[in-house]
Amino acid sequence: MSEIRSELKYLPSHEWARVEEDGTVTIGITEHAQDSLGDVVYVETPEVGATVAAGEEAGVVESVKAASDIYSPVTGEVIAVNESLEDEPEQVNSSPYDDGWFFKVKPTDIGELDDALDADGYKAAIEDE
Amino acid sequence: MGNRTALYQCHVDAGAKIVDFGGWDMPINYGSQIEEHHAVRQKAGMFDVSHMTVVDVTGNDARAYLRTLLANDIAKLDTHIGKALYSGMLNEAGGVIDDLIVYHLDGWYRVVVNCATRDKDLAWMAQQSEGFDVNLQERAELAMIAMQGPNALALAKQALPAQNDLIDSLNVFCGKAAGDWFIARTGYTGEDGLEIMLPEADAPAFWQALSESSVEPCGLGARDTLRLEAGMNLYGHEMDETVSPWQANMGWTIDLKDTERDFTGRAALEAQKAAGVPTKLVGLVLRERGVLRAEQTIIVEGSNATGVITSGSFSPTLGFSIALARVPADAEGEVIVEVRKKRLPVTIVKPNFVRHGQSLV
Repeated sequence: MSEIRSELKYLPSHEWARVEEDGTVTIGITEHAQDSLGDVVYVETPEVGATVAAGEEAGVVESVKAASDIYSPVTGEVIAVNESLEDEPEQVNSSPYDDGWFFKVKPTDIGELDDALDADGYKAAIEDE
Repeated sequence: MGNRTALYQCHVDAGAKIVDFGGWDMPINYGSQIEEHHAVRQKAGMFDVSHMTVVDVTGNDARAYLRTLLANDIAKLDTHIGKALYSGMLNEAGGVIDDLIVYHLDGWYRVVVNCATRDKDLAWMAQQSEGFDVNLQERAELAMIAMQGPNALALAKQALPAQNDLIDSLNVFCGKAAGDWFIARTGYTGEDGLEIMLPEADAPAFWQALSESSVEPCGLGARDTLRLEAGMNLYGHEMDETVSPWQANMGWTIDLKDTERDFTGRAALEAQKAAGVPTKLVGLVLRERGVLRAEQTIIVEGSNATGVITSGSFSPTLGFSIALARVPADAEGEVIVEVRKKRLPVTIVKPNFVRHGQSLV
């Protein structure tokens, strides 16, 4: 069974979101997602300063096997991207919840995350796949 | 649950991720496809290819039958017992029903065809055998293990001390029987190596012995990126029944020398050649970030005709994306590929990217 962290919020499209102490939101893909994709070879993150919208495409992750769109769970301005993924995309496989994060957003409405799944809801969603 | 090879439990025990492949439960990887790929390029890896279909062709007319069935001419093997030949098996329209390897053994032949095409291949081979004194026997009870990589032969000898002389005597693209085992110096990776057919009962212990002597278990994922780097065709991607060997970089497997040999599809192939073959199979290299994938469209500037990627992936050896693609016959140089709403420039190259660990592009 893939690791699902209780403190995170999830989208059915396999992104996770973590609300940081400063109110920003960090976004990545789940253990289950990286396992399904296999070896990740490229990550395309949004640019710092760009605006992303909840439920809209914000990037792409490409593995040896397939390409997959990344959706943002919240609306807001991108304030940081994980530049180390450019040279070491394999961090998405080895550390999807920590070193393999994708980008960080300053949300306009943190309440949008109420629509996301909690750990139990995500667990149920992937069991149904 | 699909069909399972004799090595299925070995794969599960080694932590393989199992997927359906042509009705078989097969390992796609044992953790990292890229690491398995590198193991084959740099050391040695092994693949369970027991799902492939082995058919022995015997009988007085075996040679005559295969000279009619196949576009390549097994008469080339007459004086080479043990030698293998790669060929397309064509329909009357010159389309490829399957690609296969045939070994010439003493007075008989062993044919290895793809697993996904097994049913139609066996039906076609039976139908085409009408009027020939031949016997076709499927050898489903054989397992098959491919060992590939620069260290593969040395490690095989270590695991099979009784077969050292046999392995040393094998030239490239040749095979020999050793009791009820059959050892051939063939493969699908662009590296040196062996394909070993053996009774199912012997397979798990042999797999285990190889695993203990540092031969890395590799899944079908690595097998696909390795064959793509080696520019080798995969049936259903680079060719099918609507594509002739001329259009699939298999012109070298069409043997027209013996004008008396009326193999199935010959007339159509000659007619297509005379009329002009409309497309060709080429290699593509993408130096920018991004991954070429099957079915992406190729745009040739100044031409209305488009092409299509037949197989594409990230190349673990080269560190960028490569592809095989069918393009208009006159396309060359730089073309454009539509990759996820973006248009990226790619370069047409010979469909051969890596051989014996070395880049060719």
